[in-house]
Amino acid sequence: MTEASVRNFSMNLGPQHPAAHGVLRLVVELDGEVVTRADPHIGLLHRGTEKLIEYKTYAQAVPYFDRLDYVAPMNQEHAFCLATERLLGLEVPRRGQLIRVLYSEIGRLLSHLLNVTTQALDCGALTPPLWGFEEREKLMVFYERACGARLHANYVRPGGVHQDIAQKLIDDIGHFCDTHPRVLDDIEGLLTDNRIFKQRNVDIAKFSQEDALARGFSGVMLRSTGAAWDLRRAEPYECYNEMEFAVPVGKNGDNYDRYVIRMEEMRQAVKIMKQCVDKLSRADGAGPVSSANGKVVPPTRSEMKRSMEALIHHFKLYSEGYKVPAGEVYAAVEAPKGEFGVYLVADGTNKPYRCKIRAPGYAHLAALDFLCRGHMLADISAVIGSLDVVFGEIDR
Amino acid sequence: MTQALTDLGRLITARLGDKVADVTVAFGEVTVSCAPADIVAVLTVLRDDPDLRFCYFIDVSGADYPERDKRFDVVYHLADPYKVRRLRVKVRAGEGEDVPTVTAIYPGANWYEREVFDLYGVVFAGHPDLRRILTDYGFSGHPLRKDFPLTGHVEVRYDDELKRVVYEPVKLAQEFRQFDYLSPWEGGDYVLPGDEKAKS
Repeated sequence: MTEASVRNFSMNLGPQHPAAHGVLRLVVELDGEVVTRADPHIGLLHRGTEKLIEYKTYAQAVPYFDRLDYVAPMNQEHAFCLATERLLGLEVPRRGQLIRVLYSEIGRLLSHLLNVTTQALDCGALTPPLWGFEEREKLMVFYERACGARLHANYVRPGGVHQDIAQKLIDDIGHFCDTHPRVLDDIEGLLTDNRIFKQRNVDIAKFSQEDALARGFSGVMLRSTGAAWDLRRAEPYECYNEMEFAVPVGKNGDNYDRYVIRMEEMRQAVKIMKQCVDKLSRADGAGPVSSANGKVVPPTRSEMKRSMEALIHHFKLYSEGYKVPAGEVYAAVEAPKGEFGVYLVADGTNKPYRCKIRAPGYAHLAALDFLCRGHMLADISAVIGSLDVVFGEIDR
Repeated sequence: MTQALTDLGRLITARLGDKVADVTVAFGEVTVSCAPADIVAVLTVLRDDPDLRFCYFIDVSGADYPERDKRFDVVYHLADPYKVRRLRVKVRAGEGEDVPTVTAIYPGANWYEREVFDLYGVVFAGHPDLRRILTDYGFSGHPLRKDFPLTGHVEVRYDDELKRVVYEPVKLAQEFRQFDYLSPWEGGDYVLPGDEKAKS
C-alpha cells in the first residue's frame, strides 16, 4: 500500500464546552489523535475591568475584584487593598488582619474544592463534585454571614474589613474546621489511588522549574515542580508569619502532583483557619477591624448619626472618596490559583490612574500550547482541569 | 529594608552601566528605566547575572500618558526567587515606536505583550504571534488608551431577522455621566468658572 499524505486536522473546542471551565475557545490542530498545536482564543468574558476602575474611586473599585476570580472573591479584593494601603501608608489592626487571613483561607478552600473535584469530573468521576459542593455551600454561608453576599463580597476594604464578625460565626467556623478534614479524606479516598484518575493524570503536562519560572507560573503550578515558593512564606503579608503551616511541594511537575498539592493545601488552610479562630476568640484578638483613619475608612452608621464630623466624613468619602498620594506599587497575594498581583499607579486624585491586574490563570493558560503539544486530544481536558483556570480573571 | 533596595539599585547600575537611565526606590520597590532598544540586553543581564538572577517572569503591562512626548510606558515586573526580591523595569515608547519583544528571554511574555498591543497599540518588534487577544475579532481601536471612550464605539445585539449578531454604533439612553467630585479646594488642577482672572 502506498503511503498517502495525511492532512492535519483542525478542530474547535468551545466556547461552550463543559470541559473548558468557562468560555474558552480552543483551536486544536491534530495529527491523528496527537495535538500538534493548541491555540486558545480568550477574551469572550472581557468586561474591561481595568478601564472601568480608572473611572471609579478607590472604594468603588473594590467590588470589581470579586468578579475576577469569582471562585475565591475575597483574595482578589485583598490584593487591591494591600496596594492601596501601601500607597496610603495605612496600618490594619490585628483583628482586621486575622479576619482577612481567615477569609483568604476560606477562599482557598472554595477554589481548591471546586478545582480538585471538577478536575476529577473532567476525568470522568461524578461523585467528587457532589461531595465537594456540599462543603462549598457551607463556606458560602460563612461568606454570607460576614458580609451579606455569597459571592460578591466587597468585604475587604482598604484599611481593614467592612465590619466585625460575630463570635457565633467564629465558633461555627471552628466547628467546620473539625469536620471538614473528614470530607477531604473521603474525596481523597475516591481519587488518590484511583486507577483511572491516575492513568489520566500521572505524567501528563510535565514541565521543569526553569520553564515554570520563565513562563510566569505561580502557586500550585510552580510548586508542583518542587519550588517551595509561596508568597505567604516568601513575602509574608498580614499576620501570616505568626501562622504555622507547611508549604507542600511536588516532585514531578505533572497533573497528579498538582492534585495532591491542592489536597494538602486544603488541609493546611484548615490548620490556618483553626489558628485564626483561636486567636480571634482570645482577648488579644479583640479590637477594631478597620483602621481608625477617618479620612479613609468611613464611620459606622451609628457614629454617622450622632457625630457631625463623622457625617462630614461619610459624605465626603461616599462622594469624592479619598485621595491617594501619587506613586506606583505592585502588591501581590498568594491567591488559590497563584500570584494575584495588582500594579496600581496613583496620580494623587481620588481615582486610580492605572490598575493592572496580574491574574495567575493568564500565565498558565498562555502555556497551554507548550503543555499540550504531543499529548493526546483527551488529555487536553485533564490539563485544563489541572491548570485551574477561571475566565473571570483571565479575560478581566 | 530600604538599604537592601538601594544596594540592589547600585548593583544594577554597576552591572548595566549607561544602559539604565534611572533607578528609583519608592514604596519598598526598585524601579529601573531604560531605552526601548536596550530592553533585551537589560533583561538578559538581569536574568543571567549570578548576583541578580531575576529569572522569574511576573508581568508586562502598559500605561498611557497622553500629555507626554513619548506617551506609553511598558512596565516589566520580575522577581528573583532565590533572594526573594522584586524589580520593575520601565520603558517609554512613543506612538508608532516599536519595542523589541522579550519572548526570547521570557517565553511567558508572549500573551502579556499581545495584551499590551491589543489594549494600547504598542507594537512589539519580533513577536512571534502579535494578534489581538482580549478584544473581539475585528475590533478596532485600543481600549485602554486614555482617549478611548469608556462606552466604546460599537455595541452588539442579536438580530432576529438576519439571524445573526449585528454590530451597531453605541446608542445610550442616557449620556455616560462622569461627575467630578474632586474638591476644588484640595489639589484640583483646574480653574473654576469665574476664577480665570484670579488665577492668571
